[in-house]
Amino acid sequence: MNSTLRMYERSARVYRGVWRGSVFSSFVNPLLYLVAMGIFLGNLVDKQTGGIAGVSYLEFLAPGLLAATAMQAGAGDSSWPVLAGIKWQRYYLAALATPLSTRDLVMGHLAWVATRVALVSAIFVLVATALGAMTLTGGLLAIIPAVLTGLAFAGFVTWFAAKLEDGIGLTNLFRFGIMPLFLFSGTFFEISRLPDWMEPVAYLTPLWHGVELARSLALGVDPTFSRATHAGLLVAYIAVGTVLAVRQFEKRLVI
Amino acid sequence: MSDALVIANDLTKRFGDFTAVDAIDFEVKQGEAFGFLGPNGAGKSSTMRMIGSVSPITSGSLSVLGLNPATQGPQLRARLGVVPQEDSLDVELTVAENLMIYGRYFGLSRAVIRPRIEELLDFVQLNGKRDEKVDKLSGGMKRRLTIARSLINQPELLILDEPTTGLDPQARHVLWDRLYRLKQDGVTLIVTTHYMDEAEQLCDRLVVMDQARIVAEGTPSDLIVQHSTREVLEMRFPPGTQDENVAQLSGLAERIEILPDRVLLYTPNADATSSEAHARGIRPVAQVSRRSSLEDVFLKLTGRSLVE
Repeated sequence: MNSTLRMYERSARVYRGVWRGSVFSSFVNPLLYLVAMGIFLGNLVDKQTGGIAGVSYLEFLAPGLLAATAMQAGAGDSSWPVLAGIKWQRYYLAALATPLSTRDLVMGHLAWVATRVALVSAIFVLVATALGAMTLTGGLLAIIPAVLTGLAFAGFVTWFAAKLEDGIGLTNLFRFGIMPLFLFSGTFFEISRLPDWMEPVAYLTPLWHGVELARSLALGVDPTFSRATHAGLLVAYIAVGTVLAVRQFEKRLVI
Repeated sequence: MSDALVIANDLTKRFGDFTAVDAIDFEVKQGEAFGFLGPNGAGKSSTMRMIGSVSPITSGSLSVLGLNPATQGPQLRARLGVVPQEDSLDVELTVAENLMIYGRYFGLSRAVIRPRIEELLDFVQLNGKRDEKVDKLSGGMKRRLTIARSLINQPELLILDEPTTGLDPQARHVLWDRLYRLKQDGVTLIVTTHYMDEAEQLCDRLVVMDQARIVAEGTPSDLIVQHSTREVLEMRFPPGTQDENVAQLSGLAERIEILPDRVLLYTPNADATSSEAHARGIRPVAQVSRRSSLEDVFLKLTGRSLVE
């Protein structure tokens, strides 16, 4: 535990130098999305349909967007920073010359990502509450699935980034992986609107489970499966991603 | 009981079909500066990484500070200092923060690290740069910071992999001076280099590596006595005329090495050899007489130059 915290401490110190810009964009991003999509587009949707799943479009959108934002934060922090630690700045290599192990590096990194995702989610909830898109209690509860979603992606993306030689793979990951998930995992509309063959695909993605759970907790409604199932699957994704990431670090760095 | 800090027997490292280190034996004794001299790709860095217990050995045996790197890695690394070949500093952090973070990797408390940071910055003459971002440092300063970083845990054994590659001569001398002082303080040093002058300056004892094997071992002066003559006469001839001139040189020296751009005559007395050559009517466009160096040892042992 103690040695895991060492890498966490490094990340926290690096973050101290950039926190202003980071916190600022964590405010602006949800504000833009919630105003443009939630309020303006939402007005149109509500006029046509009288709301979605029994609530206004803004209320429907906010928890889904929270989970999707958490995904992006978890994946983003585990992409270029991880490859930099291995290839460009080599801070993981420097750390491995000390008593730390690859497991310490990965666990410390993921612990830091959890903190970052929690911070980004908390700011999101503040903005959403101010806009009337979430109740404060519902929003705070929804931070839990948001952090699980961020970590589910963080583990896999860390594993993927640790396999790469350059950033092209990461650009493609975001373009062809993260972006489509952001759009089609129930964030902006229920996945029952998708063509039948796509629905099971959504079931496989961690984001959809995060969206379902966040929405269920924020609105106090039942999710598609049970809350325990969605949470359990997210935890399973985290566990698998973490194990893969540690194994890949060992394979890549201890040679 | 041997007093050696590092003992390697038949030490081998393979990457798939490629053998990077091929059954080498060596011992590094307490308090000495031990060198690995060889060209790029000779297996020096692989050997360093095995000693540093960041790279598992393929076969043979290796003991460092009496510990087994395979099973006691963390305990072992806690007592080592490592200066890697390529910089791995945290460029987004300041000079002092780099030292703090690295000290924390060793599990040291902030209260222990704080005074060490000031001492080490003094030692590597970076006190003025304390709160500067590492990004802004020159290459020489980064190397010095890397050395300071490697000392944060007060290591018993310091491993330096090509510490001065890419530095200008002045920066190299500053570094050598610091390493000297460490040796005087009783720190055991292991240094790899492909600069013969660095090996001669720093190392009490060294091994010459070539193509994954150790080809010679001894003190720098022993190696020169064993494998070369006292002096060397270097001659350069006008382009295109080297071959005809070489034909006339035979018998003038104990050994003659023909390089693409010059001819080396190994002789006990370079001036006498030069006079004899002159008497034969040989007129080089330039010539230098000098003492034999490790470069000559390497050339003799491997038939190739150290730095291409």
